[in-house]
Amino acid sequence: MTDQSFNEMYDGGAVRIPYSGLEAWARDMPQDLRAMKQSEAEALFRRIGITFAVYGEGGSPDRLIPFDMFPRVFSATEWARLERGIKQRARALNAFLVDVYGRGEIVRAGRVPADLVYRNDAYETAVCGIVPPKGVYSHIVGIDLVRTGPDQFYVLEDNCRTPSGVSYMLENREIMMRMFPHLFQQVRIAPVETYPAMLKRTLDSVAPAKCNREPRVVILTPGHFNSAYYEHSFLADMMGVELVEGQDLFVEGDFCWVRTTEGPQKVDVIYRRVDDAFLDPLCFRPDSMLGVPGLMNVYRSGGVSICSAPGAGVADDKAIYTYVPEMVRFYLGEEPILENVPTLQCGKPDDLAHVLAHLDELVVKEVHGSGGYGMLVGPKASTSEIAAFRAKVQERPEAYIAQPTLALSACPTFVAEGVAPRHVDLRPYCLVGERVELVPGGLTRVALTEGSLVVNSSQGGGVKDTWVLVE
Amino acid sequence: MLSRTAESLYWIARHVERAETNARLLEVGARNALLPNTGGGYRNEWDSVLLASGTKAAFDAKFGAAVERNVETHLFFDRDNPGSVASCIATARENGRIVRTALTSQVWDALNTAFQEVQDIARTERSALATSDLVEWTLRTCALIRGAGLATQLRNDGYDFTNIGHYLERADSTARLLDVKYYVLLPQVSMVGSGLDNYQWRSLLRALSAQRAFNWVYGGEATPKKIVDFLVLNRQAPRSLSTSVDGALHHLERLARGYGKSTVAQTRARALVADLSELPVDDIFEEGLHEFLTRFIRSVADLGETVSTVYFRGEPG
Repeated sequence: MTDQSFNEMYDGGAVRIPYSGLEAWARDMPQDLRAMKQSEAEALFRRIGITFAVYGEGGSPDRLIPFDMFPRVFSATEWARLERGIKQRARALNAFLVDVYGRGEIVRAGRVPADLVYRNDAYETAVCGIVPPKGVYSHIVGIDLVRTGPDQFYVLEDNCRTPSGVSYMLENREIMMRMFPHLFQQVRIAPVETYPAMLKRTLDSVAPAKCNREPRVVILTPGHFNSAYYEHSFLADMMGVELVEGQDLFVEGDFCWVRTTEGPQKVDVIYRRVDDAFLDPLCFRPDSMLGVPGLMNVYRSGGVSICSAPGAGVADDKAIYTYVPEMVRFYLGEEPILENVPTLQCGKPDDLAHVLAHLDELVVKEVHGSGGYGMLVGPKASTSEIAAFRAKVQERPEAYIAQPTLALSACPTFVAEGVAPRHVDLRPYCLVGERVELVPGGLTRVALTEGSLVVNSSQGGGVKDTWVLVE
Repeated sequence: MLSRTAESLYWIARHVERAETNARLLEVGARNALLPNTGGGYRNEWDSVLLASGTKAAFDAKFGAAVERNVETHLFFDRDNPGSVASCIATARENGRIVRTALTSQVWDALNTAFQEVQDIARTERSALATSDLVEWTLRTCALIRGAGLATQLRNDGYDFTNIGHYLERADSTARLLDVKYYVLLPQVSMVGSGLDNYQWRSLLRALSAQRAFNWVYGGEATPKKIVDFLVLNRQAPRSLSTSVDGALHHLERLARGYGKSTVAQTRARALVADLSELPVDDIFEEGLHEFLTRFIRSVADLGETVSTVYFRGEPG
């Protein structure tokens, strides 16, 4: 597996150009210096408080995501193509959302099956007919990519709701610059620190038409027990906006207000990190304590903007995923720059037969699963695991999709014995408002176990700084 | 500013002060316990410390005998006691996490480091930890957190809420520390002025880091009257009741000016300041030090409750 996969640093015996400065750097770093830097990095993460909280498993609730100091590098040319592909995809996904909550042209044209859209759990009837400001449903699109060759990238999945991890992209860079300033003097690396300002500009640009002054933007968090709370507070801090919980907001008249020590203030844009189901107990789950009663009425009457807009989830469903290249052709009249992984839908009898016959070669995923749970990596699984999974798939075939096991590219990574290749993926964050833009970089996740293809932090994955070189 | 943010800032300050009070209580107790058993005091010195901390019932239920090691566990380590140093630091840090955006990185750093350190201390062999080290660590840590705020926080309304928290808690703290003295001496008024009595008053000053300050201001013999004057009425003494309520009022007035609106919280604080400013020290002894302090502690609690009603729950004041 590892042998066949694309190595990001070596091409045969030669070092690929983007990594030319790094090979010697890693080779010449003495073992003790490396250990020192590694513990320095960990101390920095802990002091900043950039931990992800895992409650209910005993031990300290604050854990560090392992940080690998070996950066992952893209050349300017490689990035230029990725950037075009990512923006294209983000535009198509938003066009799709406006369409399916409107006339549904893509369904009428027979390009996407009606069932997959309208009977999808993530399809939100409460927002039918709404066109949010600037026609944007998903303001932050996280697109998970893997690489299999010099020019071959595949989209693993889209995240149209509230993709997390961007704080790691920013902090990883801060820490690398602090620890290895000379590297940044030798190689010219495009900065990512403009992200918070870009995000603020995006959120400002989608303020409701009723807002006739500088918009008041807030971030809505489920609270400090949420695993991504650090990120919520980090972004609020970097953008200079209030971080609120549901209890801080209330609805009165046609607007949404925030409780302050000087009395209520009107809110124009809510960047929510709370799921749809919890946003408004009057509209969605009645037992939600995290939301704001009446919020959806204010949203529907144009009193407040919600980012991402309720209902955006229907575009990043794993069953809809198959049709994203079709969306690009349908709405933009362009050929997709980024490819999908060929995907089999177990709901289709032919596909199911093929999947059941080749379980040991495929990656099978639950349509609504996330975080690397509810997933079978065929080539890595034991016979009994495969048998157990076969039963699950046969029971509810429509709940599963299957993809070939991709030879994920491997990036050099510091391991106990020195430097060794480990598999990586990439999540860039595309911002969609008045403009469509993204910072040159993203979050590279790395499977730290040798040969492993699972990069999720909940299952032994780590993170790396991601560099985009300047021409 | 968000009501919830203001409330968290206020409680961070109160918990930092409270941690410090506990450390100071430990110090008073430890020094008084170095004296030969008085026989006539109120049970023993550690009981008086627990009574002053307001957690005697909880302590008795869990530990029984009030011996140094148990009291130290209770006041410093015990996470079951919401007022222990470890609990206060954890609560302050948890509140800090909630309002991370309202803190500068230095303040957060100080809070977070304190939290990591207190966990390290809890893991250390107890025999390697002297009471004086625990006290010193707490005083130093609290000074660091406050100092970071003083040096780096914006002078906005959040700063006022933080300081209101500090001053109200400090008023409460000094009153409680003074009250220890009452418990120690209760049954035998005849001992007032004896050598032992003097030693106990001195250790109170020492616990408040005010021994030398007291000498500068008053000189000579440390009589109960001078000490009470110093710790209750003197506006130069940094931890006196007067200084504390003055400080709370100052920040409440700043809030009222900033918001263009005065509330019942300001009215109450003014009344409290006025009470103290016209009070002769003899009246305190006439009323009874304990009775006076009990009344004062209640007024401070009322003022704290008013601040939450007006600013945190947004009910009209």
